[in-house]
Amino acid sequence: MAQALFPPLGKDLVGLEGLTREQIIGILDTAEPFKEISERPIKKVPVLRGKTIVNAFFENSTRTRISFEFAEKRLSADTVNFSAGGSSVAKGETLVDTARNLEAMRIDMVVIRHSSSGAARFLGERIASNVVNAGDGKHEHPTQALLDMLTIRDHLGRLEGVKVCIVGDILHSRVARSNIIGLRTVGAEVAVCGPATLMPARIEELGVTVFRRVEEAIEWADVLNVLRLQLERMQAGFVPSLREYNRVFGITEERLARAPRQLLILHPGPMNRGVEIDSAVADGPHSVILQQVTNGVAVRMAVLYLLAGGKPEAAEAAKTEVAL
Amino acid sequence: MSEQERQVLLDERSLERVLARMAREVVEKVADLDSLVLMGIHRRGVELARWIAADIARTEGIPIATGSLDITLYRDDLMAIGPRPVVGETRLPDGGIDNKIVVIVDDVLYTGRTVRAALDELADFGRPRRTLLCVLIDRGGRELPIHADIVGKRYTVEGRDRVEVLVKEVDGRMGVELVKGGS
Repeated sequence: MAQALFPPLGKDLVGLEGLTREQIIGILDTAEPFKEISERPIKKVPVLRGKTIVNAFFENSTRTRISFEFAEKRLSADTVNFSAGGSSVAKGETLVDTARNLEAMRIDMVVIRHSSSGAARFLGERIASNVVNAGDGKHEHPTQALLDMLTIRDHLGRLEGVKVCIVGDILHSRVARSNIIGLRTVGAEVAVCGPATLMPARIEELGVTVFRRVEEAIEWADVLNVLRLQLERMQAGFVPSLREYNRVFGITEERLARAPRQLLILHPGPMNRGVEIDSAVADGPHSVILQQVTNGVAVRMAVLYLLAGGKPEAAEAAKTEVAL
Repeated sequence: MSEQERQVLLDERSLERVLARMAREVVEKVADLDSLVLMGIHRRGVELARWIAADIARTEGIPIATGSLDITLYRDDLMAIGPRPVVGETRLPDGGIDNKIVVIVDDVLYTGRTVRAALDELADFGRPRRTLLCVLIDRGGRELPIHADIVGKRYTVEGRDRVEVLVKEVDGRMGVELVKGGS
């Protein structure tokens, strides 16, 4: 794919907010040739040889961590996985301690997943290493949104003007937030659909259309990005029951059959089959869920590569003193 | 860049003559054309490899396998080349390169670092029976002990000057030019 030079990403990838269209398209274009590496007999290139990357997962996420780990290993980086039960420690203190320890161990990059919004930025401002946000609280999950965009572009050939509806728990979703920001930046039309209890107040101010009925969303959209309903939302009273949720918002074959055009179905996983999505849809011809997983590795390779490609003095200059 | 700072080393006809001679040399050095694979180094090397392969196919009457190598991920200077290193396409011909005679094709041989990276990358894809290096222009100035088996033209070019190879598919015209004081 022909690529033009685009503005550098900077030291960290904390979110898609603030990135330009050229930067986002630049990441997607860079991910294209990285797809091919995963098809090679030796699925490895030496580009990050000698670099140490720490995957600091304060919150569990097997698939995101594995995807990053594959990306890192395919770029020949040395990886260390670091996990901590975030619930029992004071979060600010933990991150400062972590930052100081990571600096002392002379690592080059940190991939961080944390339950607190802003954790990635907090860490990035305190260490010289590159920081990649792998999901922070309700804030952003930039690489997930990028892989969603890459998958949509693969299938529809464009992002500009594509109508994407995000269905489900918008209120708690960093995936939704990153998708809304990223997709709108590249010129897609974005809508959301979900129960009123799981819809943020004044969501329209983000420039999205709101559908209260999933049938309307299906009629409007080219792409449905179906979010996982976290089961604790039911216990917390956001939805009356899983069966009820499926009846009103579930993406079923019957509903899709009434769509005026063939829809692309995305889901960031893991799926609750029979709740937000039926098995027939998840495994059906509209689903590109497994391709999202494949593209996730390529997108993460591209992000790590582009961040590592910067001049070291730029990273050093971005370092700020930790005020203790 | 002003016209005064450019000097034409080869015009289109001269370039085609040089390429045709290089194609003959490839045939002379590789008797077993069924095993021949021409791997061009992205980007202009790819077009030169295609040109040579088409020429051999025309004169010898058999199709010649080609592929492309993008060596960006194998460079030894990622941290020095700035924050926007663009990655191109690497493509192997059907049947791969195992036990084949691989001719790496590039436009200009200078420091030798690109060729070193290409050899590293090739080794990740398989084990050719033999590997040869074919370059259009050898401008001297090697920083590694690498030499080409087939050379179109040799020039001694000062370090601050640049040799530009122009191919139709990328530049819209064919030729070789010297850019004085280019970087």
